[in-house]
Amino acid sequence: MSKPIQIYLDYNSTTPCDPRVVDAMLPYFYDIPGNAASRSHPFGWQAEEAVDYGREQIANLLAVDSKEIIFTSGATESDNLALKGAFEMYARKGNHIITLTTEHKAVLDSCKKIEKMGGEVTYLDVEEDGLVDLAKLEAAIKPNTIMISIMWANNETGVIQPMKAIGDLCAKHGILFMTDATQAVGKIKTHPKELGIHLMAFTSHKMYGPKGVGALFVNRKNPRVKVTSQLDGGGHERGMRSGTLNVPGIVGFGKAAEIAMQEMEQDAARLRVLRDKLESAFKDQIEEVYVNGNVDHRMPHVTNISFKHVEGEGLMMTFNQNIAVSSGSACTSASLEPSYVLIALGLGDDLAVSSIRFSLGRFTTEEEIDKAIELISTGVNHMRDLSPIWEMYKEGVDLDAVVWTEH
Amino acid sequence: MAYSEKVMDHFENPRNVGTLDKSKNNVGTGLVGAPECGDVMRLQIEVNEDDGTIKDAKFKTFGCGSAIASSSLATEWLKGKSIDDALAIDNMDIVEELALPPVKIHCSVLAEDAIKSAISDYKEKNGLS
Repeated sequence: MSKPIQIYLDYNSTTPCDPRVVDAMLPYFYDIPGNAASRSHPFGWQAEEAVDYGREQIANLLAVDSKEIIFTSGATESDNLALKGAFEMYARKGNHIITLTTEHKAVLDSCKKIEKMGGEVTYLDVEEDGLVDLAKLEAAIKPNTIMISIMWANNETGVIQPMKAIGDLCAKHGILFMTDATQAVGKIKTHPKELGIHLMAFTSHKMYGPKGVGALFVNRKNPRVKVTSQLDGGGHERGMRSGTLNVPGIVGFGKAAEIAMQEMEQDAARLRVLRDKLESAFKDQIEEVYVNGNVDHRMPHVTNISFKHVEGEGLMMTFNQNIAVSSGSACTSASLEPSYVLIALGLGDDLAVSSIRFSLGRFTTEEEIDKAIELISTGVNHMRDLSPIWEMYKEGVDLDAVVWTEH
Repeated sequence: MAYSEKVMDHFENPRNVGTLDKSKNNVGTGLVGAPECGDVMRLQIEVNEDDGTIKDAKFKTFGCGSAIASSSLATEWLKGKSIDDALAIDNMDIVEELALPPVKIHCSVLAEDAIKSAISDYKEKNGLS
């Protein structure tokens, strides 16, 4: 029996490790087992050297000083540290934070916690294309605003926010600019200092490094930014994040950053072609297909598509033995929960539950894209043959006028 | 989450997909659910007017695999049943047969609703209610 075809188009969830990353990490599990904080013997010195080198590789990718990189367990921790840590550190200056409704849960839930801690948070809606309106953003700034937290690129749609303009706005009003850059680092150029970003969260496993290690960039000069540690312990990472460093993870993270620096542009150019091929094939071959989010300000490897009158989870079932993607719906409770990101873009629930996110990556091939087009088109047709809504639509029934029995 | 073999079978080879002529007096149609909830089922029965049994049943469903399997199974069960026996089909029978996990029980509830709605449409048309 031959192995079934398995095509991975879910790189925004996580990327496989690059083999070069794994090769770099292996010695640090056994040959060089030291704790980077052990100052009294060569095992510790070697581990510290490896961490320093990894930190340097990551700093190079971001064009920042290596002292500005704080290692964490991943982007969720980095988001928590940046938001709660800055909220505590700058309590004297104010207690108001502005963020977007389309942020990742790590940011939104940290903000919810901050509200419980006595903070005030404005959750700004985005425009229909997923972009923040700068005038509305500026209008939300108040005398007690300490920080704006806006993600670089959205995980579901790939939409890229106007980072430079937001940075300028923050500079003008003297407030901190924090960004969750998880989906952007290692994929597109992310130089925080050029854009006036003070805090930037990102992670290794979205850029072909291992899981379990991430980082927070903390601007060190003009202004010197600090965040209050959220973990008490040995005072590692300049006192901002205690805990023994994940040496093999950091070595892998560093190697992934080095590879990204060399290959990011060619990866992006290649993936853009494949992504566009996938998108136009669907638009050409299938009726009632909608691309969600701004298509001009978007990550090159991502597309979020609604196949109208087909439910996303059911559609995925037609091909998920062969193709891995994410759906904008999760039919797991009495009432379905459509993606809050797509709802924030103003999509009706019906389009949101019909959406599929495709995210391509370094190991995606053209043959895989061709196969995906074939299998998914077949799946959409199968599901539409089964769909009473599709039949009604084809008969010219005004679906908005139908009285549905909500359940 | 993995689906049971029976759900996969109904999903991949759905039984009785299609449309009956809803203008006919002996056809009852039930349309339940809402697109924004992610499930819409249309279930139709055609009644043999001589003996009052269901001689044909068809469905179309917009929804996840469990919703499609629940309605496909329902049409299988309806064929040959009397109206009264059809009304006795309980959603938990569907849950059991398809081994639906708790988060998918609402799919079976919707299928039961669709059966009842199709029957009541038939009864109304024929002045039986």
